[in-house]
Amino acid sequence: MGYTIAEKILLAHTDKSDIKPSEFIEAKIDLGLGNDITAPLAIEEFKKAGFDKVFDRNKVALIPDHFAPAKDLRSANQCKVLAEFAKEQKITNYFEVGCMGIEHALLPEMGIVLPGDLVIGADSHTCTYGALGCYSTGIGSTDLARAFADGKVWLKVPATVKFVYKGKLNKWVGGKDLILFTIGQIGVDGALYKVMEFSGPVIRKLGMDDRFSMSNMAIEAGARAGLIEPDDITKAYVNQRIKLANHKPKYYSSDKDAVYEKVYEWDISKLEPQVACPHLPSNVKPVNELKDVKIDQVVIGSCTNGRISDLRIAAKILKGKKIKPGLRLIVIPATQKIYLEAVAEGLAEIFIKAGGIFSTPTCGPCLGGHMGILAEGEVSLATTNRNFLGRMGSPKSFVYLSGPSVAAASALTGKITHPQKVK
Amino acid sequence: MIIKGKVHKLGDDINTDDIIAAKYLVSTDAKELGKHCMESISPDFVSKVQAGDIIVAGKNFGCGSSREHAPLAIKGCGIAAVVAKSFAAIFFRNAINIGLPFLEMEDLDKINNGDSLEIDLSSGVIKNITTGAVYKTQAFPKFLQEIVQDGGLMNWVKKWRL
Repeated sequence: MGYTIAEKILLAHTDKSDIKPSEFIEAKIDLGLGNDITAPLAIEEFKKAGFDKVFDRNKVALIPDHFAPAKDLRSANQCKVLAEFAKEQKITNYFEVGCMGIEHALLPEMGIVLPGDLVIGADSHTCTYGALGCYSTGIGSTDLARAFADGKVWLKVPATVKFVYKGKLNKWVGGKDLILFTIGQIGVDGALYKVMEFSGPVIRKLGMDDRFSMSNMAIEAGARAGLIEPDDITKAYVNQRIKLANHKPKYYSSDKDAVYEKVYEWDISKLEPQVACPHLPSNVKPVNELKDVKIDQVVIGSCTNGRISDLRIAAKILKGKKIKPGLRLIVIPATQKIYLEAVAEGLAEIFIKAGGIFSTPTCGPCLGGHMGILAEGEVSLATTNRNFLGRMGSPKSFVYLSGPSVAAASALTGKITHPQKVK
Repeated sequence: MIIKGKVHKLGDDINTDDIIAAKYLVSTDAKELGKHCMESISPDFVSKVQAGDIIVAGKNFGCGSSREHAPLAIKGCGIAAVVAKSFAAIFFRNAINIGLPFLEMEDLDKINNGDSLEIDLSSGVIKNITTGAVYKTQAFPKFLQEIVQDGGLMNWVKKWRL
């Protein structure tokens, strides 16, 4: 019997000669990641247990991005814990505000995470890097503390579920719509403790930014990871940043006789832009079914859709226009590099002239941290990944999720709108 | 190891933002986090919990973020165990690591809010003292019971290192 790409990567990080789903393994990691919320707890546990040196200073990443730039005194103290630990341990992958970005956009962009890697992160959206063909998964702070100590993690090998997308994508439909559609079909526990493998001719034509959006939300279906087999598009992306990398990529793909627990196959030629309604990412409808949903705020950004191609799509729709008076448009590029590109390409100017704001990179409003908290009764449409009750602020507020095209079109009209309807 | 307490019944897909909202993630102290447990979905939840009580919930408990603050908040407000139809994967790891006992059980629709339960972790037997019903779940492995007794994975690991 053959292996899936996920099984191959996991196997390569153990000293075993065979691997199968449900088996418990101890695996060596290529990178352990923490942020300003989860790393302080990991550092505390690491020290409490009597450890004083991380296993490899090049294989730890510490990124203050959730409440950074520090939103208040207590967040400042948490960010300081990261900075001090990074200094003390001489951590190479620590990113202060001026060179930071949202962790899941920054690490692939910098060539720190590469195809074939095994990455654990104390952040659930660590699954984002699956788009590169690596096995990356979210764990907790204590798991990270243990990995700081000996560079290992225990894992129960998940079974893989395959998702095959056929047909041709409509205009204004992208990776975000595909993953929202998928979660809408299978539910928020539809891939509980599984690996999702995204494949088929539609995936082969998707750019890397769209692929990252898909893998990013695998966790929203309960999955441990969301992988895409590398191809020429992956290799072109990796080759652009290979000079920055301190190790080499390894390209794996699934065997022809790999075993899948289940295979879903969809023709998506008729798929319209998708929107997830409050209060679950699985509560998904095609945009045209949402009549007269008035919104107070639009957020374009996050580890799901804060990349340059997302900003280009939004700017294309907003160019030379004004957003609905009274609405707040908050655009947040995911990294400093994306920020610079957006400025150089004139996108930042388009957003500002349209009446929006263009912010420094941060997770900020996605998790109700800062930079766009919702008041009681307010409604936001966001390109983020979760719309749980109270996620963006008041427990009496409402969050809808979409891709960048619907978000930009809706900012113009003040209600959730199909981009085709905006002239 | 026996856990005895009153049931606080919750629904399906209780996510980590429900358990502890992100605005409170500026602390790593279980007691402080515990003050805000379930605040968004049930503002008086914490005031109703007495030390040793038990959460009984539906499927996919703990879905969402990797914040270990979620099981810490549950433990910090006095809850001694969680019984649910299924658990989200990261929450499952985190619960083990901080020593919060959890049991998976499909047939829990007949357990009501306010019922008194007695859970024997070593046998996996759950008795509903209020209704008299007895349920058999998977026994909590010995090493996990030890982690619970020691107050979490790192304390447990430390014991072996010293």
